[in-house]
Amino acid sequence: MSISVQLEDFDIKAETEKVTAGRTDIGALVTFTGLARDHAGTKTVEAMELEHYPGMTERELERIEKEAHERWQLQASRIIHRYGPLYPGEQIVLVITASAHRKDAFEAAEFLMDWLKTKAPFWKKETGPSGTHWVDAKASDDEAAARWQK
Amino acid sequence: MKILYFASLKEKIGRSEEDIDCPPETKTVGDLLGWLQGRGEGYAHAFEDTALIKAAVDQEHATLDAPITGAREIAFFPPVTGG
Repeated sequence: MSISVQLEDFDIKAETEKVTAGRTDIGALVTFTGLARDHAGTKTVEAMELEHYPGMTERELERIEKEAHERWQLQASRIIHRYGPLYPGEQIVLVITASAHRKDAFEAAEFLMDWLKTKAPFWKKETGPSGTHWVDAKASDDEAAARWQK
Repeated sequence: MKILYFASLKEKIGRSEEDIDCPPETKTVGDLLGWLQGRGEGYAHAFEDTALIKAAVDQEHATLDAPITGAREIAFFPPVTGG
């Protein structure tokens, strides 16, 4: 289990290799990468700025990761979330889950993203041709997270 | 007690953090929010729609009825939009 909140980009291949290094018990490895889009609905996005709550962000990601390990049989996991200025095409977030069989890794990765989107203290500010605005939270993200409520 | 503001709340209030001594009758996050609303125009604007205000007490998500007695750090922010 490991989380990072960082300004820098990440290397998916290097991160997956770190998860699997020296292990032969992993049967399923799921990676999810979230990218910055060049549009939000019909609006063009030229750039975004991700603000976060240093300290709480790390603690919240650790709590979410721990919860995933309690719910699924995971052998390893890794979460990386960037902050700061981001441009379309850039990587924002990485979730890796490893398990003996695919179901656990698939479900846990989806859970991690759904919970992260509604719990980790990040805020996106988008800039487009008509100016800059804070992104509103989506009801669909709340619904996606709600299905994992026990 | 340290109070932190993030994203749109930070911009409306015009600062990211402050140390305050709130009156003893402010016992919950909601009490504190109500007290902050009366501190000026920026605060009133930032805290206008309480349905869109989230809070954390000592870096853990908290609801409006959560107690703040003994807390070191309280944060207010809009619903999160990471990922």
